[in-house]
Amino acid sequence: MGLKTMKTVINVERLTKDYNGLTAVDHISFEVEEGKIFGFLGPNGAGKTTTVRILTGLIKPTSGRVSIMGFNLRSEPIKAKQIIGVVPELSNAYNELSAWNNLQFMADLYGVPKNHAKNRAKELLNKFNLYDRKDHKVKTFSKGMKQKLIFAMSLMNDPEILFLDEPTSGLDVISARLIKDMVLELNKEGKTIFLTTHYMEEANQLCSRVAIINHGKIAAIDAPEKLKMRIAGLKWVEVSFDMPVDASDLLDLSGVIDVRMSGDKLRLYTNEPGRTIYQLVDYSRSNNLEIVMLNTLAPTLEDVFIKLIEEKG
Amino acid sequence: MIDQLKRACAIAKKDIRIYYMKGPVVIFGILFPVFLFLAFVIGRDLTVDFLIAGLLSMTIFFTSMSITPVIAPTETQTRNLERLAAAPVSITAILLGDMLASVLFGVGISLVPIMVGMAIGVTVEHPFILAAGIVLAAFCFSAMGLIFSSTPTSMTSTVMMISTMVKFPLVFISGIFIPVGELPQWGQMLALVSPLTYITDLCRYSFQGTNYYSILVDATALMIFFVIFMTVAIKLHGRSLPKRL
Repeated sequence: MGLKTMKTVINVERLTKDYNGLTAVDHISFEVEEGKIFGFLGPNGAGKTTTVRILTGLIKPTSGRVSIMGFNLRSEPIKAKQIIGVVPELSNAYNELSAWNNLQFMADLYGVPKNHAKNRAKELLNKFNLYDRKDHKVKTFSKGMKQKLIFAMSLMNDPEILFLDEPTSGLDVISARLIKDMVLELNKEGKTIFLTTHYMEEANQLCSRVAIINHGKIAAIDAPEKLKMRIAGLKWVEVSFDMPVDASDLLDLSGVIDVRMSGDKLRLYTNEPGRTIYQLVDYSRSNNLEIVMLNTLAPTLEDVFIKLIEEKG
Repeated sequence: MIDQLKRACAIAKKDIRIYYMKGPVVIFGILFPVFLFLAFVIGRDLTVDFLIAGLLSMTIFFTSMSITPVIAPTETQTRNLERLAAAPVSITAILLGDMLASVLFGVGISLVPIMVGMAIGVTVEHPFILAAGIVLAAFCFSAMGLIFSSTPTSMTSTVMMISTMVKFPLVFISGIFIPVGELPQWGQMLALVSPLTYITDLCRYSFQGTNYYSILVDATALMIFFVIFMTVAIKLHGRSLPKRL
């Protein structure tokens, strides 16, 4: 039995965008495979939004090539846009229109037949728990409801690829969970998701592959677990005592590279976590301290992100 | 092509639902021309059919140009433009949709002075020419409004200020209050470059049977202005759209 060949649905080649001499995106290249959730991460001003705007056809690149399911975005923008759905970072449903009319307007823009559009709108409003408010103007909606509606609007054309720009930003836990569940459900249905997020844990939970962009360049691109392995040599032990201690005392323990405060806990960076734990127990005994909490931690995606951003300046 | 036209109609429908009763549209499209007209005609010894023809052309001019300059800055501010730009719709289709909403508004409101005129005994001598002229002028002025709305700003007031600076002088050189034939030589030269001159002339012909230019010249001039305005608007919006996202 041979390996299943994955089809590339987003192909980005040497993409560059200059703004008055400032290079926001600098010759980046990557591919997104069909049916995957691809995370696009980066600090503010790294070129993340510019890249997403180019990929969704909002702005034109200075140079480079983008193809969406084989359609060149420069020469066939309408065909490429027809098969994607977009959830922009900022809310932009029409406030003066009802939820229903917003969905029908989307259907009209994407050429969805009337009957199908009505059924689809009903289905999506039910899925996002908005059906009871379908005739209410969007200006009466909460932020969470608006975001759910925008998500529903992006699905009216049943897109093959969904671009989500910070979809859970500023949402309450329940709305954010609903959106995340929806992303996973859509992915199960075979849709490709291009996710931009500031939340590392969200990217870790959802994405099968992530790219980290910094200063307009791709700093790393891989599966989250593989990225974590890059700094797997370094681990840390988190400890909390019943009384405050001097962090510099702990720096003297052998194998400890760095000590940082993390709330009421101390985080000891070490390449020998087992040895560090023994030493912490000895330290607590000799100083008559009680260990309240002791934990060993492996690197998270956030640690990888911070390390990469710090390394590349 | 047909798909894009259908999508333009959807945009027009959305515009009708949202913008027809917006403050700037009512103020600059309806109230402003009415008060301007009253300010200039009260106390002057002018015939009713002359006045109605002038009021009608001014109504088409102001109403058709009141919707299009409001849409782009408003949607820039509300970020709805990003939604439209991400959809499979060309800039031409977006502009066509905005223009259709504006044309329907202009044509609809222009029925008011016609009905007022008929109620006070004015007869329309050439109704078909008048109807065709109104539609043609509504397209022409809506396209002109699109040029103003290409300003890359999210401030409706900025666009309205720019458009008012252009609209005001045009009203005085287009034969609305003083017939073109009675204008000084330089005024007659200026009247030639104002699209408002030609619809005013068409309205005078339709109501009074008198005209300064031939009907064919009026219609051709309006068509030429429309093509120029639309072409320029598409180019300018193509350039300014990315700056507004």
